[in-house]
Amino acid sequence: MRLEYHVVGRDFQAAGGAAAKIKRTLRQIGIDAETARRVGIVAYEAEMNIVIHAYRGTVGIDILPERVNIYADDEGPGISDIALAMQVGYSTAPEDIREMGFGAGLGLPNMKRYSDELEVESQVGSGTSIRAVINLPTKEGS
Amino acid sequence: MNHQVRVRDIVNELECEVAAGAGWLDNQVSFGYSSDLLSDVMAGAGQGDVWVTVQIHQNIVAVASLTGVSAIIVAGGANPAHETVLKADEEGIPLLTTAKPSFEVSGMLYLMGIRGRVKK
Ligand SMILES: Nc1ncnc2c1ncn2[C@@H]1O[C@H](COP(=O)(O)OP(=O)(O)OP(=O)(O)O)[C@@H](O)[C@H]1O
Ligand SMILES: [Mg+2]
Repeated sequence: MRLEYHVVGRDFQAAGGAAAKIKRTLRQIGIDAETARRVGIVAYEAEMNIVIHAYRGTVGIDILPERVNIYADDEGPGISDIALAMQVGYSTAPEDIREMGFGAGLGLPNMKRYSDELEVESQVGSGTSIRAVINLPTKEGS
Repeated sequence: MNHQVRVRDIVNELECEVAAGAGWLDNQVSFGYSSDLLSDVMAGAGQGDVWVTVQIHQNIVAVASLTGVSAIIVAGGANPAHETVLKADEEGIPLLTTAKPSFEVSGMLYLMGIRGRVKK
């Protein structure tokens, strides 16, 4: 099963809506609360990064029997130093956006922390792609 | 855990205004979290937490519903934006407001028995 949403840069009214729908749908189809929460957080941070840093893009998930794949692809300025961008506290968010509480430089670190696998690919002047994997808990609950 | 504090108890104790989500005041409160940085809240707040902030724009509702907090308290006398109120009602999240500053609010919540979530 696949869910996919369009995300528009600087649209703070719709921002967060894709992640909210993703989380809600996961709960509706019986995915456990903790997994839905983790997917929601990763999707939210990816969605907000498109809203804040890029022009437009898509955020989506593929639900598989044993895991959820999260993807986010945007057209935007790209990231020149991904290792630096991954560091806690690194942010290029402008002042007006920081005043809204964004730009702590915690989004990518959150994605890393809440996913089991995370890949960031980017081309400067073109865009950024995020691939994250969150494994579903095993039936035995281990 | 604290002795089963509900959002309603906070409204009474702190004399908050209920700006939205009045139908969800029976939500149980687990822990407390105070922060104005949204990604910090995403990282640190958990299911059932009461979240204290001075942010008032509508994105706080998305953060609240994704983290599963039991209520948002807007401290410091700020008035939540109209869209924030509408969204909070839509999502069923109690949105409380108070003139008391964040520090005061957190202290009063602590005195009610609400503790910070210990980070895993
Ligand atoms: N999709 C993207 N396109 C272009 N640059 C990006 C993108 N995502 C992240 N970045 C760059 O990486 C930096 C760090 O991203 P991260 O999400 O960790 O923090 P932030 O978005 O600045 O702040 P926060 O997520 O805490 O609100 C950003 O400031 C930006 O420079
Ligand atoms: Mg970010």
